[in-house]
Amino acid sequence: MAASHSPLRRLAPQLVILAAVLALNLAVFPDFFRIEFQNGRLFGGVVDVLNRGAPTAILAIGMTLVIATKGIDLSVGAVMAIAGACAAKIVADGHGWGTALAGALAAGAACGIWNGVLVAWLRIQPIVATLVLMVAGRGIAQLVTEGTILTFLNEGLIHLGAGTILGIPTPVVIWIALGAGVTWAVRKTALGLLIEAIGINAAASRLAGINARVLLTCVYLVSGLCAALAGVIVAADIKGADANNAGLWMELDAILAVVIGGNSLLGGRFSITASLLGALIIQSVNSAILLSGMPPEFNLVIKAVLILAILVIQSPRIGHWLYILRASGGDPAPRRAKTVKETAR
Amino acid sequence: MTDPVRPVLQARGITKFFPGAIALADVDLALHPGEVHALLGENGAGKSTLIKCLTGAYPRDGGTLELDGAEVAPGSTQESQALGIGTVYQEVNLLPNLTVAENLFLGRQPRRFGLISRRRMAAAATELLQGYGLDIDVREPLSHYSVAVQQVIAIARAVEMSGRVLILDEPTASLDRDEVELVFSVVRKLKARGLAIVFITHFLDQVFAICDRATVLRNGHVVGTRDLSETGPRDIVHLMLGRQLESEVRERHGGQGGEVLAEIDGLGRRGMIEPFSMQIREGEVIGLAGLLGAGRTETASLLFGAVHADQGRIRLRGRDLKLKGPRDAVAARFALCPEDRKTDGIIGDLSVRENIILALQARQGWARPVPRARAEEIARGYVRALDIRAASLDMPIRLLSGGNQQKALLARWLATEPELLILDEPTRGIDVGAHAEIIQLIESLRERGMSLVVASSEMEELVAYSTRVIVLRDRVQVAELAGDRITAENIVRAITDEDREVA
Repeated sequence: MAASHSPLRRLAPQLVILAAVLALNLAVFPDFFRIEFQNGRLFGGVVDVLNRGAPTAILAIGMTLVIATKGIDLSVGAVMAIAGACAAKIVADGHGWGTALAGALAAGAACGIWNGVLVAWLRIQPIVATLVLMVAGRGIAQLVTEGTILTFLNEGLIHLGAGTILGIPTPVVIWIALGAGVTWAVRKTALGLLIEAIGINAAASRLAGINARVLLTCVYLVSGLCAALAGVIVAADIKGADANNAGLWMELDAILAVVIGGNSLLGGRFSITASLLGALIIQSVNSAILLSGMPPEFNLVIKAVLILAILVIQSPRIGHWLYILRASGGDPAPRRAKTVKETAR
Repeated sequence: MTDPVRPVLQARGITKFFPGAIALADVDLALHPGEVHALLGENGAGKSTLIKCLTGAYPRDGGTLELDGAEVAPGSTQESQALGIGTVYQEVNLLPNLTVAENLFLGRQPRRFGLISRRRMAAAATELLQGYGLDIDVREPLSHYSVAVQQVIAIARAVEMSGRVLILDEPTASLDRDEVELVFSVVRKLKARGLAIVFITHFLDQVFAICDRATVLRNGHVVGTRDLSETGPRDIVHLMLGRQLESEVRERHGGQGGEVLAEIDGLGRRGMIEPFSMQIREGEVIGLAGLLGAGRTETASLLFGAVHADQGRIRLRGRDLKLKGPRDAVAARFALCPEDRKTDGIIGDLSVRENIILALQARQGWARPVPRARAEEIARGYVRALDIRAASLDMPIRLLSGGNQQKALLARWLATEPELLILDEPTRGIDVGAHAEIIQLIESLRERGMSLVVASSEMEELVAYSTRVIVLRDRVQVAELAGDRITAENIVRAITDEDREVA
């Protein structure tokens, strides 16, 4: 039977969709797949997608884990602003980029633990609990930047967002490494299984002896750390911390990436790789709209139509229909079961 | 069978797929006016799926449905209701906070000048229920009445709304003898009125008491339809199980307890259960008996730390044991199979293998994963030992039948090698075959020296395997029976007697 969890089978819909969207890019911009090496850096349409998609991809890693527990983290955009502001403030005060990064991550960790405590200990619904920080977070970021856009010229910090490692843009290296690292960590330990168990049935998990509170807190902590990292990259990229606009609406892109990755908002089974592909799909859609030269006022509408198409293709109803189609050997409407019995055995 | 009367409802070749499985294969069912038709089968045979396909709750993947000779295709339960097919489920599907009359007329209340006329509604409801032999005050909230009365009200509503075919999905599962008789009298009246009635139940005696014909399902196939006046229970059970049932007379194997494992001293929680004390020895089964709501489940939850006790203490092998939650209990090698498998037991979307190793994994902690090969070995071992029927260890556990889910949950806890195994209603809602196997398992675990606490509503079962039986009434421990004194009559006496026995 085909129920085995071969990773390629799980990722097939996302890979097909990504290929289709990339083909769309190629159609509107024939040079899309050309990659050049200039001034010690890779350039090209694909590199751009990988690079620009970094913040969403990094957020999606943490968001995948949170959603797997049947939760949601609306605060990641605001946490990005807080982390960016902290990093900018620390280098503005004359410290090195390492200290700035550590400080930003510490701020992200604090935000994550705050969310985790609200959800796991005080048992507030995740959507409400994280809404608190979503609203308050920008205020906190503004307090840190004292209401201005805090710019900086620290080479080390800027390198995180705009530099390269072996010719590859740093953000690309960061999100690929982080995605691989977190995937490895949850699958080589029992974390992945325990997180899925909580997401599917919290009451039964508790009775099976799973420490749900600690795990839930950890999951929100990871999401906070991912958000902080994304915030630092965005700030470094523009060489400044903008408390009002950094990471604005990014939480929605991150959630969308997880959903396009085929992960259920009801929790349970998750795939970080699929969410990362989801983030790339979103960025490819953005890229196709930009490259097509459409008037910018069409962008959001076209994006919505493309995303809707992707979600419809993935809907359970279509999936069931495809299953029947396959089980009956191409006969689209099996009226009698007899033909079905033979092929399904 | 050639019947001159045209069937009210005729289903032909009903087929339904679930991902990776065929739930119904080419099922035919004919319902005649004025007959009560039993739908029988073990858990997982496809009874509920068939009902859901008939009422449009599930879309069919194949087959046709004819009502009075005309083909119909209800796409939802509302549509099928409008066509004349009404359904009443085991859990009453009404609104307990509304009055009986409102429940009966919800959505079609009699109006007067555009406003609801309460007086007319009450009068109509009273008259309606009197037709069912029920004379009650319809202005009281529904929750005021017993489950049996609620069940009759649900039937009345379903008949009023539809009135051609009535499907009763285990309507008697939580009723006592007199209440069952009340529901039966209503069913007989409706039968006389010419309705076609489908009756689903696990109780064979009820099938023979009220039904005319029976269709037996096994693994999604119809294995036979019988006229019940021409056949006996043995034949029906044979159809359901596919093998002759073993001798039903059971001998008592209570065994003798060994050393004291745990001493419970005045453990209780205010408003939930009065303090209780007991000794649990190695190699004995302690049965917890009592009516629904007597405190069996509460006792089990308190013992496992699933609910925090606010008084009393537990001593495990002479040492104090503090239970702050299930984790502490698991660490002390306690295990609990809860009463409600679906909400408190299985992790539906996880595979059978993952469900089996879950408690072991939780105890080991996340940093020490059970290696894949070892998990496979553990799961395979228990699948073989407990005869768990699963197409594959990788399939989600929710696709297994109730009995197999229960066995997988037992496997989950046996994998942690517990010293005290607490089972809350281990045989509820599972088929006859798995039932006998679980009772056998309880006995063999006791023989191996494990301590078990088993809460059950089936007295014959408790009598068969218990070393001692503790009887609960109204959240108080009222008696403890041991040895030859463990009989069904003694348990019933302890449950009903006003003066408390001291054993």
